[in-house]
Amino acid sequence: MTDIAGTDAPAFRLDMTSDAAKRRIRKRYAAEARFKSYGLVALGVTTLFVAALVFDIIRNGLPAFTQHSLTMDVAVPADFVPADKRTDPVAIRSADYFPVTRDALKAAIPGIESRQGERTLTRVLSSGAADELRDRLAADPSLIGRTVKVPLLLSDDADLYFKAPSTPIVKRGGVGTATPSGTTGEITILTSSNDFAAEVVSIKQAAKAKADTLAIEAARLSTFGGQSLAPRIAEINAEIAELRARVDSPKVEEVLDGKLPSKLVEINGGLVKLTKITDISVAGEVLLPLTSAAEAKPGDWRVVTYTTPESNRKVSDLEIGFLERLREKGFVENRFNTRFFTAGDSREPELAGIRGALIGSLLTLFVTLALCVPIGVLAAVYLEEFAPKNRLTDIIEVNINNLAAVPSIVFGLLGLAVFLNFFNFPRSAPLVGGLVLALLVLPTIIIAARAALKAVPPSIKEAALGVGASHQQAVFHHVLPLAMPGIMTGTIIGMAHALGETAPLLMIGMVAFIVDVPGALTDAATVLPVQIYLWSDLPEQAFKLKTAGAIMVLLGFLFLMNGAAIYLRKKFERRW
Amino acid sequence: MTSLYFLTLAILVAAAFFLGRQRAQSLITGGAPSLHSLPSYHGMLPMSAVLVAMLLTYVIGTNVVAKYAESSALAMLGAETVADPLKRSAGLRDIQNIATGKHSGEASAMLKDAAQQFASSSALGNWMVYGLGSLLALIGMGYFISRISPVYRARNIFEKLILVIMGICATVAILTTIGIVFSVLFETYRFFFDPALKGRPTVSQFLFGTEWNPQAALRADQGDIKTAFGFVPLLTGTLLITTIAIIVAGPLGLFSAIYLAEYASPRFRAIAKPILEVLAGIPTVVLGFFAALTVAPLIRGWGEQYGLDVASESALAAGLVMGMMIIPFISSLSDDVINSVPQSLRDGAYALGATKSETIKNVILPAALPGIVSAFMLAISRAIGETMIVVMAAGLAANLTANPLEAVTTITVQIKTILVGDQEFDSAKTLAAFALGFVLFVVTLILNVIALQVVRRYREQYD
Repeated sequence: MTDIAGTDAPAFRLDMTSDAAKRRIRKRYAAEARFKSYGLVALGVTTLFVAALVFDIIRNGLPAFTQHSLTMDVAVPADFVPADKRTDPVAIRSADYFPVTRDALKAAIPGIESRQGERTLTRVLSSGAADELRDRLAADPSLIGRTVKVPLLLSDDADLYFKAPSTPIVKRGGVGTATPSGTTGEITILTSSNDFAAEVVSIKQAAKAKADTLAIEAARLSTFGGQSLAPRIAEINAEIAELRARVDSPKVEEVLDGKLPSKLVEINGGLVKLTKITDISVAGEVLLPLTSAAEAKPGDWRVVTYTTPESNRKVSDLEIGFLERLREKGFVENRFNTRFFTAGDSREPELAGIRGALIGSLLTLFVTLALCVPIGVLAAVYLEEFAPKNRLTDIIEVNINNLAAVPSIVFGLLGLAVFLNFFNFPRSAPLVGGLVLALLVLPTIIIAARAALKAVPPSIKEAALGVGASHQQAVFHHVLPLAMPGIMTGTIIGMAHALGETAPLLMIGMVAFIVDVPGALTDAATVLPVQIYLWSDLPEQAFKLKTAGAIMVLLGFLFLMNGAAIYLRKKFERRW
Repeated sequence: MTSLYFLTLAILVAAAFFLGRQRAQSLITGGAPSLHSLPSYHGMLPMSAVLVAMLLTYVIGTNVVAKYAESSALAMLGAETVADPLKRSAGLRDIQNIATGKHSGEASAMLKDAAQQFASSSALGNWMVYGLGSLLALIGMGYFISRISPVYRARNIFEKLILVIMGICATVAILTTIGIVFSVLFETYRFFFDPALKGRPTVSQFLFGTEWNPQAALRADQGDIKTAFGFVPLLTGTLLITTIAIIVAGPLGLFSAIYLAEYASPRFRAIAKPILEVLAGIPTVVLGFFAALTVAPLIRGWGEQYGLDVASESALAAGLVMGMMIIPFISSLSDDVINSVPQSLRDGAYALGATKSETIKNVILPAALPGIVSAFMLAISRAIGETMIVVMAAGLAANLTANPLEAVTTITVQIKTILVGDQEFDSAKTLAAFALGFVLFVVTLILNVIALQVVRRYREQYD
């Protein structure tokens, strides 16, 4: 701009046009944009975390809502139950169903003679496989002596195999004509072309790849040094040397073991697990018996590879053979897992359900609600409307605010010391859990109720007083009903908090393994979050899915409760 | 018995209300209301008399009867059983099982006699309670109904009763605090000073010991089992995880709050705020599951890629997820504080030519600093007291380390580990959990009191 005329003071010029000024402005604007982006990044990271959490839970949890079973014809022998007890449901229920289901399985996959094979085959089914059959027979005893088509529950490992196969399976048609030497036991298969040369190469490649990964592992371990790792490194080095020798040897014969991918041959309706491979012949053990030892034409037989080595998965080659065969025959069915919602806890993942925990949560929340709504609302009304302003009410105010921030586990200690140890209430009972949770959420409800009461304009109360109502009539007939939506919103949020609370309930013994569904307030019970904690601690992979499934149910309830709170707030919120 | 009692209660309550109201109504003559109180108050007064009398009688009476029946039945089992607490509780259980018909196996004649005694004395006692309760209820009802007259101030008396009940409700919060303090303090005192307790540490051993190894002596003759109650490794473990959590949640929460309060359009706020609320509403057991089964293996995998040895229960995983848990605390509290900075301060800064970020950095944040500090303190107190995430994702062994890749344990994990399962209240191990709870309570209380005080003073400054 222009200098101010007539002053001797050094001229002040607002410099907005020079290059230096433009640079300064650019810098300041860049800083502005940077600062703004920090906020967006922070919100983005948080959103990403929530999304990852929800996605992870749903990915793990969805499979828990379905369950695979084998729907097959089960022949129930006529002498299954003693003739005089044919119609007695108790006798029918207590009968031994294992032979019946075993025979049905053996009929589906014939020719399994060895003890070990039979044991593996029956392990495909859950120990509760016959539950549905049992229910049907008990309901309709006339089915005894007939063949019943019924779903048999698969074991958790088999179920998991169908949900997430533990190995990719590669099949390749044979080029030459193959001739097996027998139908069971150890056999050799000869082929007219050198079909297995490629397999020998692929085995050598797998061995080389494995040696390379082991070498990296050994290098990593040796960077740590230390005596404790030395034996492990030596072990790995020996294995590497062995694998390398195998890769380098010009021999065309390869011996297979569980540490390399499994090779099998599907021929004449049977399955042979290979133990030794040369270019034109293989030797192996029959897993599923062949129908005949006849020649198989090119294309009629296949070489099958289970890419993941047997030692790296939970299901053996034999089990995969059984399961794939059952699937080919169309027995396997994936159905909605109603048991998850109707059964109590169990040690077997496929039999475990959340019913007991849900009922436990319900009973506990009932106690909490019954205690903390009346007490919380009355306390809030008293403090807001009737309490004299003195030291005691001041202390109560400060105390309520602090109590809201006390760690929940401390409330558990209170419950343990006072309710269990001093009053001798029963352990693990919803009654005690509800008491502890009521004390825990009481401050939240009092604070919410006070805010709701405060939001009602004083003119309402004054008008009531003006027409002759007593103070209590004015409050209970006019102010409280107007504050009710706000109080309900606070109550629902408090209940949602109580539903998700775990730590204090661990202290009062609600972590016991309880199979029965609780029926009374003093029965031993557990609650949904504690059930989640218990399951997450178990080693079985299937329980991990169950945990995520239970979490989905819990989050569903919380979502509903918070949704109800938001709806109430939106619907009844009033600006005076 | 119980159902009969409460049936009688319901009948008497209804009768009292209607009799009282009718009596009062019958006094209204000639159409003009000549009563001091409304008729329903005249009904409610005898009704509350019935309620109070019968409920009090029930609560006190049944407890007295149960105690009496137990002691009279136990007396039949001999003095030896009464004196030994173990035999006493076993005998009691047997007696109750026989009395309710749940006993399995053949019971001895003596036990059967005792059960007989138990059943008969408790039945007699319960009938006495029933009679007494009904009698008191009728007396109270009769008294208040007989007092009904046009000038009788039934409403005032009833309202006084309601006031007393409301006052009692308001003191429940205080009673809870007292209960917490006393239960924790009493067991902590025993932990340090009970001469009968084996293996108890001194206060300085507890506060400055660097080894934590609580063991319970399983048998009485295992006098010299090696135990150590050094609190330091638990403290460092808790602080390590809390520090990681704050390092994660501090910037994320604060920058989110600044953006939401200063930059975001109302529409953006309407989308972003619920996300934070969802995060705040997720139960910690869910976050713990995520930490233990997804985040921890992920971190371990990354560490392996870079040649680092990461424990499968690393402090880093627990700290990261705990940080995520406390983001909503920091952001919503800071958001409130920033919003309550007066607009005039912003306008002044803009008038001087400051950009928005310069205003925030140089004017708003300094003005909001006390509030933000207290938001951080509340978040720290949450993180210290949080249990499920660390129970599921942190370790059990008490390592004295500052390496976030190693497993550490925290105060809450140890409380949970010690107290879950069967516990006896006369072993140092169990009492140690209460001492830890005491420390936890005191530390979080101090943080909360200071933070709430700061917030309160800060609000007053700008209101």
